[in-house]
Amino acid sequence: MDDLYREVIIEHYKNPSYRGKLDPHDISFADNNPLCGDHIQVDLRVDTNNVVTEARFDGHGCAISQASADLLMEFVIGKPLDELKKLNKQDILDMLGIDLGPVRLKCALLSLKVLKAGVYGLGEASDELVE
Amino acid sequence: MSLNIKEIRKDFPILERETRPGVRVTYLDSTATSQKPVQVIEAMNDYYRHSNANIHRGVHTLAEEATSMYEGAREKIAKFVNASSSREIIYTRNTTESINLVAYSWARANLKAGDLVILTEMEHHSNLVPWQMLQAERSIELDFISVTEDGLLDLETYKSLLSRRPKLVSFTHMSNVLGTINPAAEIIRLGHEVGAIVLVDGAQSVPHLSVDVQALDADFYAFSAHKMCGPTGIGALYGKSALLEAMPPFLGGGDMIKEVKLRSFRANSLPHKFEAGTPAIAEAIGFGAAVDYLSALGMDNVAAHEHEITEYALERLEEIPGVKLFGPSADKKGGVAAFTLEGVHPHDVAQILDRDGIAVRAGHHCAQPLHEKFGIPATSRASFYLYNTKEEVDLLVNGLYKVKEMFG
Repeated sequence: MDDLYREVIIEHYKNPSYRGKLDPHDISFADNNPLCGDHIQVDLRVDTNNVVTEARFDGHGCAISQASADLLMEFVIGKPLDELKKLNKQDILDMLGIDLGPVRLKCALLSLKVLKAGVYGLGEASDELVE
Repeated sequence: MSLNIKEIRKDFPILERETRPGVRVTYLDSTATSQKPVQVIEAMNDYYRHSNANIHRGVHTLAEEATSMYEGAREKIAKFVNASSSREIIYTRNTTESINLVAYSWARANLKAGDLVILTEMEHHSNLVPWQMLQAERSIELDFISVTEDGLLDLETYKSLLSRRPKLVSFTHMSNVLGTINPAAEIIRLGHEVGAIVLVDGAQSVPHLSVDVQALDADFYAFSAHKMCGPTGIGALYGKSALLEAMPPFLGGGDMIKEVKLRSFRANSLPHKFEAGTPAIAEAIGFGAAVDYLSALGMDNVAAHEHEITEYALERLEEIPGVKLFGPSADKKGGVAAFTLEGVHPHDVAQILDRDGIAVRAGHHCAQPLHEKFGIPATSRASFYLYNTKEEVDLLVNGLYKVKEMFG
């Protein structure tokens, strides 16, 4: 449990490196967690080979949702979009270095859900994207 | 008479539970659902062990026992809120279903396009969405009594809305976020003056205050068992018998009929007209036991104890730098303390408190528009009931200092 608020998580929450918006961008998507009203927007720029060159997130939410968004942005830069489509729940948990119960898992996975909906060009983000 | 909280706590076995080794639960989430005393658990257990049978029409011993227990509970509930007859108490699943019953049966028979329904900005989603759904179907109009900065209903906006001759006024007696106890009798009286029917959401008031539906002159009054020491899955709608008599049935099926032919039916009399299908029998019996439990303690004593705890809690929470409380002062509210802690999301507050066994709720508490009004996505909410103590408030305060330290 103490792990849940590991220093790295608090640090990413308080001083995120990738908070903001990209204008112009190639991909942009936003969604809410209806449970707590957390909101995350993800903006990406990609090069001609569909490799992510820049990534930013914006929004508000708990330490878990914001830290996982920041860690995810760090991770995706330099990766091809096809590889991002393969990311799942376990990848996020590995980035955070913690295990989570079902309720907080939704907070942690919100940014990935938004990212994948954007990458796939979907109309809305569904939980199935991150199962 | 002041309550003996030490003795009362012995009735609630769950309060002894450890949520992790050596950490006993501090339950501050009764506004979401209350804990249940052994008297309620035993009443339901006893029914299943000794008297289980389907109610009504059975002539065997078990069916007669089950029926008299089920109907006996209704009598107790009617007396508890001072309905003039138990025919005016309809069993539902919960407050939400009670409000939906009015929206489906009364409102669809009585409201037409352009008719105005007045709600308030502090409503729970359960008293917003059914009317929004009706609006989509019927093009009724909705308008809202506004909430002031200190969490009270602005009765001036209400009075000006009344000049538009609403057909229905529906409001919460006590806010589940701000804790505000609204002046129900006055709101009802003013509504009646312009000929409106008035529905009261009593989900938070009936568990915590002495409620007299006749003295209030409410037309409909909705409440749930699970917030008042009873089980989930059962609630009640009080309605004046003249209104209920004139309303069409809600759900169709067994038990709500007098006579059925292949192409027609005649509806049963009150209250059965609104109770289709086998109901939650054990839960109704548990509801009755909960009412017995609260009646024995006395609702005025329950309210006085909660007031004392709430006053103390607000005072202690205010001392914490960075804590912002929502809602009116202790004299105008029930046992609810919704707050934010600067720099920390309510979810994180709740999660860190849980480590010390402290159960509070975080989120918009099914009142998203109210949170929007105050410009915040979410709050943490501690709520108090008859079994809570000042020592538990101290645990909460110490816990919040720990949260601050972590995010410091």
